[in-house]
Amino acid sequence: MSDRLPGFSTLAVHAGAQPDPTTGARATPIYQTTSFVFNDADHAASLFGLQAFGNIYTRIGNPTNAVLEERVAALEGGTAALAVASGHAAQVVVLQQLLQPGDEFIAARKLYGGSINQFTHAFKSFGWNVVWADPDDVASFERAVTPRTRAIFIESIANPAGSITDIEAISTVARKAGVPLIVDNTLASPYLIRPIDHGADIVVHSLTKFLGGHGNSLGGIIVDAGTFDWSTGGKYPMLSEPRPEYHGIRLQETFGNFAFAIACRVLGLRDLGPALSPFNAFMILTGIETLPLRMQKHCDNAKAVAEFLAGHSAVASVNYAGLASDKYNQLARKYAPKGAGAVFTFSLKGGYDAGVSLVSKLQLFSHLANVGDTRSLVIHPASTTHSQLDDAAKTKSGAGPDVVRLSIGIEDKEDLIADLEQALGA
Amino acid sequence: MNHDSYPDNYIRSILNGVKSIAMVGASPVNVRPSYFAFKYLAQRGYDMIPVNPGHVGKDLLGKPFVASLRDIGRPVDMIDIFRNSSHIMPVVDEALTLDPLPKVIWMQLGARDDAAAEKAEAAGIKVVMNRCPKIEYGRLSSEISWMGVNSRTLSSKRAPAPTQGMRLSLNRMSVGGGDTAASDRAAKNKSEQS
Repeated sequence: MSDRLPGFSTLAVHAGAQPDPTTGARATPIYQTTSFVFNDADHAASLFGLQAFGNIYTRIGNPTNAVLEERVAALEGGTAALAVASGHAAQVVVLQQLLQPGDEFIAARKLYGGSINQFTHAFKSFGWNVVWADPDDVASFERAVTPRTRAIFIESIANPAGSITDIEAISTVARKAGVPLIVDNTLASPYLIRPIDHGADIVVHSLTKFLGGHGNSLGGIIVDAGTFDWSTGGKYPMLSEPRPEYHGIRLQETFGNFAFAIACRVLGLRDLGPALSPFNAFMILTGIETLPLRMQKHCDNAKAVAEFLAGHSAVASVNYAGLASDKYNQLARKYAPKGAGAVFTFSLKGGYDAGVSLVSKLQLFSHLANVGDTRSLVIHPASTTHSQLDDAAKTKSGAGPDVVRLSIGIEDKEDLIADLEQALGA
Repeated sequence: MNHDSYPDNYIRSILNGVKSIAMVGASPVNVRPSYFAFKYLAQRGYDMIPVNPGHVGKDLLGKPFVASLRDIGRPVDMIDIFRNSSHIMPVVDEALTLDPLPKVIWMQLGARDDAAAEKAEAAGIKVVMNRCPKIEYGRLSSEISWMGVNSRTLSSKRAPAPTQGMRLSLNRMSVGGGDTAASDRAAKNKSEQS
């Protein structure tokens, strides 16, 4: 029984999964069931009262999903995780534990367009007030802190331009303010960046992207770093106060350094309901087994494509942190030395029309609204993912009208470059 | 002993080694953490003894309450203290009067008294602070994985199908022993600040 630390690729294959006790099945079985029988009334009561480990109902937990949860928790270096139906669901569940109506959270202005919408409109209707800050200006986060601030939210590699966020600097602001730092690590995956190592208290993912990696299954996950003390200052009553629905249990007192993940499960998922299908969990788990191989290929291909585009006469500029000339290259070298991800933007000298023409001529790149697929993808954010923002907000979030976003897949890079060359040249 | 984080082997050897556990501060109220830790450890085969002077004459899951450690009247391997940090020292002082001495003194999640720990260790007693034996047993056996918790262990072996009341193997490969976990670093920083 050595306490030797296994490497990332070993964890990607093994963490959370062992042969099925009943059948010996080595791959994780798909427990496609809504419910689980109780041994007796006492067992049922213990499970409902959070006193025993076990399964009740798939909206609250499922054995297939549990393997996925432990696997991602291990890869991120967290104490526990909770899988949910989508990345958006993860964000709702996280903030429900942290904010009461009238409270605020600070979010980086450069985010996935869907998150900007969710924060601006849906969360506003819950009374959760977003205050925007500039991820390139750490002081803007400090200035945004008020007595009602309950969390800070950033992306590690930010949509759509693949810019790198200075997680450590912003975590210092969060610690000083006494609030948790939430990092959306979707575009990096834990293979490139482990935000908890840089001061994140909570990590969220859209599993739909690089973790699942094959563009076939939606999912989201919340990872608890176990680093935040929820008991001080009375700011987080969901965790620190007795819960009437669980006979007065205090979650932090009872569950210690994984209390936040438990709160997300037994107060968030249970009551809001965005459970992940066990089938999707299985598909995503299968994807994660090859995450290290895929992610390295994604990054190597992306760098080659970015270099090609940077040297092309029709291209005005390329925003890829992996390029030595990029303004985020220093941060990329610090936070993501294995590669700067595979999602980036570039702009064409021919503006909006040239972007539309490029998208229509590409043969291998698929024109669709996703990232992190094995296939290479292209989109014009201004008319799609960021279309609900006004022009100023589009430009501020890096999605101006002349910008094209690529998500580079794991095909042969020569074929991707040839496709771009023919589409740009003609 | 560094009490900011514990190697898995340390916790594993304690939970594999002890048979009887006296729980100081055990509560008969079935929503208190001490109640369900007591129940869980009893179900996993430990010989549990509830210690709480307020409940003498009653029993907890069939085990009679005793008022103090001295009233147990037989050797006990481990003392699990379910009291706040400020109430630890008198319990440790009492434990040090027992003959034979207990092998382990365990302080619950949230409880830590470094002076008491030092005193116990000077007498040759192993000490664990700010941990829950139920959580650690569930983690090292990976039973806690049902709740999405990172057990920080791996195994390619087929475990026996669990039945009620069985002991589970804790002998899984550890993922780093917790020495560098972010949660442990946070706990250390907190104890340095306070």
